[in-house]
Amino acid sequence: MFNHSSPVSRPISKVLVANRGEIALRVMRTCRAMGLATVAVFSDADGGMPFVRYADEAIRIGPAPARESYLDIEKILAAARATGADAIHPGYGFLSENSAFAHACAGAGITFIGPSAMVIGLLGSKREAKLRAQGAGVPIVPGYSGNDQEVAQLTAHGREVGFPLLVKASAGGGGKGMRIVRAADELAAAVEGAKREAASAFGDDTLLLEKYIERPRHIEIQILGDHHGTLVHLWERECSVQRRHQKVIEESPSPALDHAHRLAMGAAAVAVGKAVGYTNAGTVEFITDPEGAFYFLEVNTRLQVEHPVTELVTGLDLVREQIRVARGERLTADNVPAQRGHAIEVRLYAEDADHGYLPTTGTVLDFRFPDLPGLRLDAGVESGTEIGIHYDPMLAKVIAHAPTRHEAAALLARALEHATVAGVTTNREFLARVLRHPGFVAGDLDTHFLEHHAAELVGLPLDVPRARRAAIAAMLAAWDERRRAPRPLQHVRPGWRNVGAGEQHVTFTLGEHAIKLGYRHTGDGRFAIAVDGEPLIAATLVSAQDGAVVVEDEQGVRRTVRVVRDGLRHHVDGLVLVEEPRFPDSAAQHTPGALTAPMPGKVVKVLVAAGDAVVVGTPLMVLEAMKMEHSVKATVAGTVASIAVAAGDQVAADQVLAVVTPAEA
Amino acid sequence: MSEAQPYPILPTKIDRRSDEYRGNYATNTAAVEKLRGALREATVGGGDKYNTRHKAAGKLLPRERVELLLDRDSYFLELCPLAGHGVPGHAPGASVVGGIGLVSGVECLITASEATVKGGAMSEMSVWKSGRLSDIAEQNRLPSISMIESAGADLPNQSKIFVPGGRGFRDLTRRSEMRIPTICLVFGSSTAGGAYIPGMSDYVVMVKEQAQVYLAGPPLVKMAIGEDTTHEALGGAEMHSRTSGVSDYLAVDEPDAIRLGREIVAHLDWRKAGNPLPRAVEPPRYDPDELLGVASPDIKVPFDAREVIARIVDGSRFSEFKPLYGQTLVCGWAHIHGYPIGILANNGILFSDSSQKGAQFIQLCNQSNIPLLYLQNITGFMVGTKYEQEGIIKNGAKLINAVSNSTVPAITIMIGASFGAGNYGMSGRAYSPRFLFTWPNHRIAVMGGKQLAGVLEIIQREAAGKRGETVDEQKLAFGKAMIEQQIDKESDPYFATGRLWDDGIIDPRDTRTVIAISLSAAYSAPVEGTTSWGVFRH
Repeated sequence: MFNHSSPVSRPISKVLVANRGEIALRVMRTCRAMGLATVAVFSDADGGMPFVRYADEAIRIGPAPARESYLDIEKILAAARATGADAIHPGYGFLSENSAFAHACAGAGITFIGPSAMVIGLLGSKREAKLRAQGAGVPIVPGYSGNDQEVAQLTAHGREVGFPLLVKASAGGGGKGMRIVRAADELAAAVEGAKREAASAFGDDTLLLEKYIERPRHIEIQILGDHHGTLVHLWERECSVQRRHQKVIEESPSPALDHAHRLAMGAAAVAVGKAVGYTNAGTVEFITDPEGAFYFLEVNTRLQVEHPVTELVTGLDLVREQIRVARGERLTADNVPAQRGHAIEVRLYAEDADHGYLPTTGTVLDFRFPDLPGLRLDAGVESGTEIGIHYDPMLAKVIAHAPTRHEAAALLARALEHATVAGVTTNREFLARVLRHPGFVAGDLDTHFLEHHAAELVGLPLDVPRARRAAIAAMLAAWDERRRAPRPLQHVRPGWRNVGAGEQHVTFTLGEHAIKLGYRHTGDGRFAIAVDGEPLIAATLVSAQDGAVVVEDEQGVRRTVRVVRDGLRHHVDGLVLVEEPRFPDSAAQHTPGALTAPMPGKVVKVLVAAGDAVVVGTPLMVLEAMKMEHSVKATVAGTVASIAVAAGDQVAADQVLAVVTPAEA
Repeated sequence: MSEAQPYPILPTKIDRRSDEYRGNYATNTAAVEKLRGALREATVGGGDKYNTRHKAAGKLLPRERVELLLDRDSYFLELCPLAGHGVPGHAPGASVVGGIGLVSGVECLITASEATVKGGAMSEMSVWKSGRLSDIAEQNRLPSISMIESAGADLPNQSKIFVPGGRGFRDLTRRSEMRIPTICLVFGSSTAGGAYIPGMSDYVVMVKEQAQVYLAGPPLVKMAIGEDTTHEALGGAEMHSRTSGVSDYLAVDEPDAIRLGREIVAHLDWRKAGNPLPRAVEPPRYDPDELLGVASPDIKVPFDAREVIARIVDGSRFSEFKPLYGQTLVCGWAHIHGYPIGILANNGILFSDSSQKGAQFIQLCNQSNIPLLYLQNITGFMVGTKYEQEGIIKNGAKLINAVSNSTVPAITIMIGASFGAGNYGMSGRAYSPRFLFTWPNHRIAVMGGKQLAGVLEIIQREAAGKRGETVDEQKLAFGKAMIEQQIDKESDPYFATGRLWDDGIIDPRDTRTVIAISLSAAYSAPVEGTTSWGVFRH
């Protein structure tokens, strides 16, 4: 048994949040409510972010790369000294689970709002954590977590554990450096790749191996301990809906647990916490199998991204509890509050769900969610925020709280469907589809849910009637914008002709699909429109103000559509319609066989050289973006004509990386 | 907003259920339909066969070129679209499309050769229409953009074209001298005399592998000097852009040429010289559609010009001048799309008092730099002993003096009759109004067919009497019928517009818009009245 650190009172008056985005805002909101001053730190990329403006004081800590800013312990401590902050909240990610940082804070006389440096250090090693859990009588997944870290050794241990087998980084989280291996001959390559990713993400390539559980559910228990010997659990969160091993949707309670299981897992989590003398907020992660068995995975020694669902069902403010604990106070409730209703959270990511969840970038041109009762929006962005390549692509968390799971899911789906996030491709519609999916509604989840149901959730064919409605709305909004622009005879009907009809034409493309519109304004906002050469339909532009375009169709039904134009890109209700320029640049040549970067990132490794023969699917190079590796593969068989980049190069989206000359047919 | 006293709103007296209104409406609707049909016919160019061939060559039709040149959603007022209509040997439209529209936000005079009609060859009527369009550009200070693809002169008819045709080149360089830019986009052949169109223009764009600009083509060069050459070497776009310097910009294709044309206009940094005061624009209170029920298709049945004014001016507001004097000529001030305008509208025959009132009104508008609108519906000046003794000639002369020497822009709309000296007193074509449009119901001649035939009959009877002969009644009746038929045919609006007596027949419901575009174009040039007039005989 550990001795609890001394329960002396440590006053806190000014909190520096060593983080960015939505979590920085969220932490500062509670600080404000508690009467505490706040300090934001920001990198060069974040100067204009809402969290910087929200803070009482803000201080620049370095260039955009996290290593030189948000991960730089010295700079953060210097910022705390400069502003007189007496406590630091680390948020999640970055330095939140860095024991050296917690230690350095203590050394600087600054209260670190989180567990002790020692506990962070201890639980930061997955092997150590498992040993502790085992010691407390909590089951763990069979596997290997020893010191034999040579590729050959790991391969041998893996064979002993058996397949399917999970290979993952010891220091990692969030799926980085993680591989599932189903056959022995794939093992060596997987170990190599995982080591490389782990080294780049965490500076530590130690791996561990474990039995891979089919149809697993990810269920975690929130724990909270003070310095007075109280350690409670705040029930579970189910986070089984994941992509690339990263959580997308989280909820509480879990539809998988009955009361007995819920209590058993809560007790197991508390046992793990007690075994290490855990204080402050933490999360004990478990994996469960369809038979109801649960295995300890790891302890996250920080506030989780998905903590709001726990807050909504328990009525507690976890950041407030964290600060109280850090001040040496007792927990508000040393009994576990009952779960009230059901809460579901979705993570709104700047990513393209239809194209392998690749991160996307751009400027958020319009960001708005409907104001619905029971809806909580923890957003880090606003209209005008630039989404770059440097940090996690999560824009916001949207959380619904309702009496039942069905109602919470419906509320959240509706909120997403009626939200506008223009300018950046996001998973907004994808999330709404998941929430409406019968499998999700039935609570029939496992961590492969998204892969299994991919056919119903991603890469769906274009809804042509919807796209046409969007094209008409975009056309009308652009027409209205031109109508308002100063010009001679502003009040002469646009498109007026004394001879002929003077039909105007505009073509929009959505990916491969083109929509050709011909329109004639017949007066007072009324239009005759030919869509793709089909017979004329009538539509009336009722109004267009602040991007809300009200269109009346032939049946007299009025619909409001949100349209935001960014040059030739029209963002309409989640679709991006690219207007064909009236005067295409005739000189611009498209290089056939050119492979372009699917997203902005860094070239990690070039795998081929000019002159190499390739077939479809041959990996040409590895790109790293958002700390994930993506291989760029040949799309045609032929010969590599040129490689336009070198390892280490930073590349922009759509930048040509290599040119493959197709082989003669 | 200024505190200017608003003009009173004109009342209306029309009854939409009356037989007269409904009869007028039905007849005028049919007339508008006929107009649409004629215009449709004029826009088909060389017909399906030639249009298809032209398109197959990757080329745009002239009206497609115009549409692409115009700003998106711009208005376009096509001018003289029926020039050549019904004129033997001429295509309706006279192988040139011309009009006013916005290019890069600037009101421009746009022309495009109708390449699918006889290869865009210029006929006699093309020369006159081009001349008229050139006048409009010059008088209203409109930058012009010519989109050329023309086989040149219609050689078999050279005798009608050669001498007057030279004017076009002179006009171009004179406009250049007046600092009214001329832009020429060459899409195809522009040879011999035609080569001087780009030659005399301020800016020239040539389309790669399409433009051919030379004084003499390869056959003539071979004949003249024995040289073997090619079209491209002699006058291709590449050669003119890289070697001769005749072309300023090389366009890779037609849209690129049009884009360049738009870019050139953008850099003119054009400002209208007329400098009107900005004003709020109020639509008329009465539906312009009712003009079809107001306008009488029978010139013998008069209609109140105020009913027309009420349906074309801003807010149907009209400040009438001398309402109790010379009532057969309604004069007063109004606004159209915010532009001030002085209106003279016939409400009957011109008498001495109405003529003097008109002359005074024109002087007042010149004093204040107010453009004039003539709504012409006139069977003539009053005749008869009483009126001659009152001095109808000298009073009519005052009106014609004022009309002729006025320097503010004038727009004439013929809404009914245009007969006799009334045509002159109300700023007919010979008085050079900036723009002149007609309604499909209008009639134009020195006098009505019946009257003219009657006059001829009286003269013939008098002549026979002097010679002591008896007239051949049958022959006289036949001749009278023939002349009446001829005059009636020549009084037809299509006869008139086919011969460029006007700038086009318009749907009466478009009158307000047509006047607005004309006025706004007129304001591209300085709007300045005069105080110097011919001698008024008192």
